[in-house]
Formats: sequence, structure tokens, C-alpha cells
Amino acid sequence: MAKRIDISDLDIFYGDFRAVADVTVSIEPRSVTALIGPSGCGKSTFLRSINRMHEVLPGARVEGKVVMDGQDLYGADVDPVDVRRQIGMVFQRPNPFPTMSIYDNVAAGIRLNARRMAKTDLDGLVERSLQAANLWREVRDRLNRPASGLSGGQQQRLCIARAIAVEPDVLLMDEPASALDPISTLAIEDLMTELKERFTIVIVTHNMQQAARVSEQTGFFNLSSAGQPGRLVEFDSTEKIFSNPEQKATEDYISGRFG
Amino acid sequence: MSQTTAGVPETTTPTQVPGGLRTGGRLPRWTSWAVFAGALAAVALLDLAVALNTALYVLFTAVLGTVALFGLSRAAEGRRTALDRLVTCVVASAFGLAMVPLVSLIYEVVSRGIARLDGEFFTFSLVGVVGEGGGAYHAIFGTLIITGLTALISVPIGLLTAIYLVEYGAGRLKRAITFLVDVMTGIPSIVAGLFAYALFSIFFGPGVRLGIAGSVALSVLMVPVVVRSAEEVLKLVPNELREAAYALGVPKWRTIVKVVLPTAVGGLGTGITLAVARVVGETAPLLVTVGITNATNLNPFDGRMATLPVYAFYQLTQPGVPPEFAIDRAWTAALLLIVLVMVLNVVARLISRLFAPTTGR
Ligand SMILES: Nc1ncnc2c1ncn2[C@@H]1O[C@H](COP(=O)(O)OP(=O)(O)O)[C@@H](O)[C@H]1O
Ligand SMILES: [Mg+2]
Repeated sequence: MAKRIDISDLDIFYGDFRAVADVTVSIEPRSVTALIGPSGCGKSTFLRSINRMHEVLPGARVEGKVVMDGQDLYGADVDPVDVRRQIGMVFQRPNPFPTMSIYDNVAAGIRLNARRMAKTDLDGLVERSLQAANLWREVRDRLNRPASGLSGGQQQRLCIARAIAVEPDVLLMDEPASALDPISTLAIEDLMTELKERFTIVIVTHNMQQAARVSEQTGFFNLSSAGQPGRLVEFDSTEKIFSNPEQKATEDYISGRFG
Repeated sequence: MSQTTAGVPETTTPTQVPGGLRTGGRLPRWTSWAVFAGALAAVALLDLAVALNTALYVLFTAVLGTVALFGLSRAAEGRRTALDRLVTCVVASAFGLAMVPLVSLIYEVVSRGIARLDGEFFTFSLVGVVGEGGGAYHAIFGTLIITGLTALISVPIGLLTAIYLVEYGAGRLKRAITFLVDVMTGIPSIVAGLFAYALFSIFFGPGVRLGIAGSVALSVLMVPVVVRSAEEVLKLVPNELREAAYALGVPKWRTIVKVVLPTAVGGLGTGITLAVARVVGETAPLLVTVGITNATNLNPFDGRMATLPVYAFYQLTQPGVPPEFAIDRAWTAALLLIVLVMVLNVVARLISRLFAPTTGR
């Protein structure tokens, strides 16, 4: 079930360093929201603060509100582990568990959490997740082989299958295709178009065409100068951002004049 | 004296490659062997004039051969190749020098210890043995039991400490523990023995001798080794895997148990095995905590036990009359210890190979 996320006045810190400042934005359910901007402006940092992955780094903290369907994710009584079960994440570099088989990787979210499930149900879940990630046909007859034997593109789709197997409401993707070849990239883009029927998707990308192709909404992050916090400069429908942005900086970035 | 010019066409004069790269000529591949054979012959002649001992014989051959090869190569192949050959000679000589004590030690122990490596040595203790015969059955099992207990104490403590340092520790406490572990790594083994002795005499009075006291003493030596090696191995587990697990909503402790430890299991097993090998031959701490006995005592909670290193020590220092039988037994015990350490090292290698990450491509 896809969910809506409302973020208001979010400041994100690494120790004393404020990496991202004053983000207020709403992320729509059943859509793809793309985040673009130059390197180091805080896109990854922002993404990781949505599912409370930011705070696993020592000294990292967040001020402000992140509300998912009315519930404050940073509320005092909210367990970050529960938040991460509802908001899945796919990382820039494919990171399957090297000690596990392909099957076990997909089942990892269930197995590692010691959730009990009948073998046939688990088999079904693994198959459905791999199918949803467009990987089933390639790996169906080697489910028990190590995941590290897959190609980079396959590994990344395996990571997507692993993330959706726990049936989250939201899927965060941090440059999921930046380490992949064009064919695998296309496969992942097609996948996102299918997945947005079921999930709220937020994707960080450096690839303008990709943002234009897959997303409904686009946010542009920028950094006024080194050492300053990154800010969400503009957020609008993808169409508007790419055809007629309000801000000069957005236009410059999109047309390749800087960044 | 290995070949550094393998596969290069054999010519003896400098040539001009069409592209303009100048290459030196190359001496035939057997040159270095020939030069050293010549050096050996020259030293043999010298030996006829003034009798040399083996050490001088080898030294003269090495120096003469190196100098001759350098000169020859300098003239025929140019400066860079000559220097290469010189360094090769120096490195090979250093290697040879390092091998001398190792090989002679193994030779000595095997040749002296083999005499009593018989069935009786493995099946009999020293009860009622005067002079010939007798064995180290009691010491072999004593060593296995005490070392096993040591591992049982040290592995959980060391592993948990390493997990704390890598996964949880931060700030002052972490730095303090790291410092203490460093200090413990350097503790002289006799100090560990005295510590365990003092600790157990609080409860059992002075003069206490117990197998478990020996295990405690050895643990003081083994724990820091386990911590250090486990820490290094855990640090090698990529952070991405922890994050992948967190992102699936897996709590930290489960991530450690189900993702981090399985990923590191090969390295951990290797480190633990090498740590066992490190303490299995310790003598001083066992001398003061466990003592020695001629009879078989397999209960580490009741009185003196025999262990291989202490057994060897007493057989050598108090051999009785006539001494040669006891001295033979001491060498055989030493041989067994070396074999034990070697087996442990092989096991460590097997573990690391068995659990090496597979790609299955
Ligand atoms: N682990 C970290 N510790 C301290 N500072 C960090 C850390 N990760 C990122 N930063 C800083 O936060 C800012 C934003 O980084 P990041 O979110 O990775 O940018 P982006 O993903 O847009 O390239 C940068 O200035 C970066 O140096
Ligand atoms: Mg980034």
C-alpha cells in the first residue's frame, strides 16, 4: 500500500555540520519523485533521513518533521526499525549478501527478522518479488547459487526484489542505475514504472533524461557555496521543471550550464 | 638467484629496436647458475689452501658469486639489469640466511625426537618409570584439555569484546579498551601465570596447582590475540552489508548475528585457530599454575596435571640417572608440540579456504 509523506522544516546534521537545511516537501503516493542536483548537495543525506537510515552514522541527527500518513516518523515512541520495514531502500552500489544464495537474499527480510512463514508461502513470495523485479526468468533455475555470481545489473534488480519482498509502502532509491550499463539501466527504469502502481517511489539520479522519463514530480537540490547546507531549491511536476522552471539555478542545471 | 630475464631472446650484444628503444643485451638464462658454480669451484680451491668451515664456505661463495655476476652483467647487459641481478642476489641470500635457523631447528627436533615417537609414548604415562620407556599420554591429554578450556574461556570473551569495539564502541571507553588490549598483548607470559596463581591462591590457599588455573593464565594471553584478530576481520565486513540489513528493518543485533558474523566466519575461525596455536606451547604460566605429575590426571579442577611443554621442561632439567632416556622423551614432547602447532596452522588455512567468498560464476 503506497503512502504519502509530508516533510516540513527538515534540517539534517553530521555532528555540527548542517548538510541539508529547511526542506519542506510533500511526496505523493503511487508516483515517482525524482531528486536531482549537483554532487554533495545532500540528496543522499535527505533520502536516508526519510527512512531513518541517516542516524546509524555516529553523530548524525535530524531536526524537523517527517510525517507518513499522519504519523510522525521521528516521534519519540517510534522505533526506527519499524520505519525501515515500511520504507525500503535500494543503494547506489548493488549490495547483495555475499554469503547467501539468490533465494536467501530475496527471503532475507523475512528470515533475518525471524518471521515465521510456511515454505510454500515463502517460495511464492520469492517468486513474486523476483518477477516484480524482472529477474525471475533469468534466475529461476539457479535460485540456490550464490548471489555474488550475478552481473551488476542483475544484482541491483536482486536488491530491488529483496527490498520489495518485505512489502514496504515506500521505496527509496539512491542512484540505483549509476553503476550499471545502459541496458540494465533501461530494465530498472521500466521496473520503476511498474512498481509505482504499488509503491511510493523516491529516486535520486544524476541522469536528467532518466528523471524526465520516469518521474511525475522532480525536486532540485542545490548548494549556494561549499560548506553551506544544501537546500531544496525547487519542487514541481517533472513537466514544469524540465520545460519552464521558476528558478534560474534550476534552468542552468538542467540545461547543463553548471553542475 | 632466480631468473629475472625469462622469456627474453638470448643475445649478447646491445641492440637497437626499430622503434628506437635501446635495450641492453641479455645473458643466457643459465648465466647466474654458471657464475655461482664457478664461485663455488673457486672457493673449493681456496679451501685446499686454508681449511674453511661451512659458514665461511657458503659466505665466500655468495659474495664472490654476487660480485662476479654483477660485474659480468654490468659489462654485458647495462647498469639497470646488473642492479636488478645484484638485488636479486641480496634478497635470495637474506632469504637463505633466514631459513638457516628454521631448517636446523626442525632438523634437530625431528632427528632427536623421532627415536621415542612410538606407541608407548602415546599410551603410557610416567607412573613407575625409571630410566627407559614411559610416555607422555598424561601430558598430551593435559595439554589438549587445558588448551581446550582456554579456548572455551577466551573465544567468547575475545569475540564479544571485538564485536563491542567494532559495532558498538565509541569515544573514551572504546579507546580505553583498545589501549588495554594493546597492553595485554605485550604481557610477559610468566606475569600471566603469577596472576592466575595469585588469583587461585586467594580461594585455595598458597601452593595451589589446578588445570583450570593454567587455563585462566593462558586466557590472559589468548584473549588479546583473539580480540585483535577478530577486530581486524570484523572491520573488513563492508558497511554496505550492514546498511542493506538495516534497510530491511533488521535490528542491529540480528544484523550482527546473521549478516556480519557469517560474512566474517572464515577470518574469525582462522584467527582463533592461530591464537590457540600461540598459547599451546606456553611453558612458564603452566609451570607455576598447573605444575607437573607423573600420573594421569584428566580433571582440571582437581590438582596437578601434566602438559607437554612442562613435561619437556622437567624431562630435560631433572632427567634422573641415567639421563638419556628422559632427554629423549623431552625431544619427542617438543616434536609433538611442533606437530600440534603445524596442524593448527593447516587447520587455519583450511578454514580460510573453506569459507572464502564464492562467486559461483
Ligand atoms: N558520513 C558523512 N559524514 C560527514 N559528512 C558527510 C557524510 N556523508 C555526506 N556528508 C556531507 O554531506 C553533504 C551532502 O552529501 P551527500 O548527501 O552524499 O550528497 P549527494 O548525495 O547529493 O551527492 C556533503 O557536504 C558531504 O560532504
Ligand atoms: Mg549521493
